[in-house]
Amino acid sequence: MSSDNDYLDGNAAAGELSSIFATDITAAEGQCANCGATKRFAEAHVYMQTPGVVARCAACEHVLLRVVNVRHRIFLDVRGMTFLSFDTSQDRRTVQAAS
Amino acid sequence: MMAIISRGFSGRRSAAVVKLPPGQYLTTDFPVLSAGPTPNVPLDNWQLTIDDGTKVLRKWDWESFRGLPNETFTVDLHCVTRWSKLGATWEGVSLDTLLAEVNTDASYAFVHSYGDYTTNLPLKDLLNQKAWIAFRFDGGELALEHGGPARLLVPHLYLWKSAKWIRRITLTHEDKPGFWEGLGYHNYGDPWREQRYWGE
Repeated sequence: MSSDNDYLDGNAAAGELSSIFATDITAAEGQCANCGATKRFAEAHVYMQTPGVVARCAACEHVLLRVVNVRHRIFLDVRGMTFLSFDTSQDRRTVQAAS
Repeated sequence: MMAIISRGFSGRRSAAVVKLPPGQYLTTDFPVLSAGPTPNVPLDNWQLTIDDGTKVLRKWDWESFRGLPNETFTVDLHCVTRWSKLGATWEGVSLDTLLAEVNTDASYAFVHSYGDYTTNLPLKDLLNQKAWIAFRFDGGELALEHGGPARLLVPHLYLWKSAKWIRRITLTHEDKPGFWEGLGYHNYGDPWREQRYWGE
């Protein structure tokens, strides 16, 4: 019951989210709290033409994450995800290579 | 001496003669803002309900809704993303009409859209010719991307309060924040007092 939509993929939210997360969230895997689908955040449907940024599950369109940047404060809602899983193996290799 | 003629006395008002709410700029187009997929509800399945959280107080299908007395009205719109659109002409049913036979001592309204959008406002802001469920814009059917087939219009508040694709109004005694009000945006949203965010 929905028509074609003006969403972008999860990479579109990378800039906004880089001010919150120390690592690149677009490579992380997140599980939708509604349908249980586990996908890379880059696959999320991101709506930017709103008063905030809204990322939705690519499988069921449930809200995964919302970010609102108001003046000197950022609000983050991640209730739509059961978890976010970050692969740190590349970070470790980088650290080991540098040491 | 050259006469000073204001262009604003005829035709569309210009920014030079119209006082906008603080922090707003004038636009002549109609930007589309959506926090999710655009619902496309067949008119045969469309319903508008007013309830009190437990029981249905009034319910209309599309045919009975369109049979209600409607009004043509021209209002200014102010979006929290800073654009203002002036002199927009709509056709819709006043909330005074929809709530006329509803007996309630509730103080608040929690508005649900098709999709998952919600917003909240005091019930008094829906009354006294201040709010409508609009189904026509600028002489044509209301486009899906602007909230068709029918949307709430509460033009004296920021436009996020004017829920597109309205489905249900729940009358409550307790104020409950909606989709944006729960995440930093002002609970009331008066553009003339620039109530954009929490604490303003």
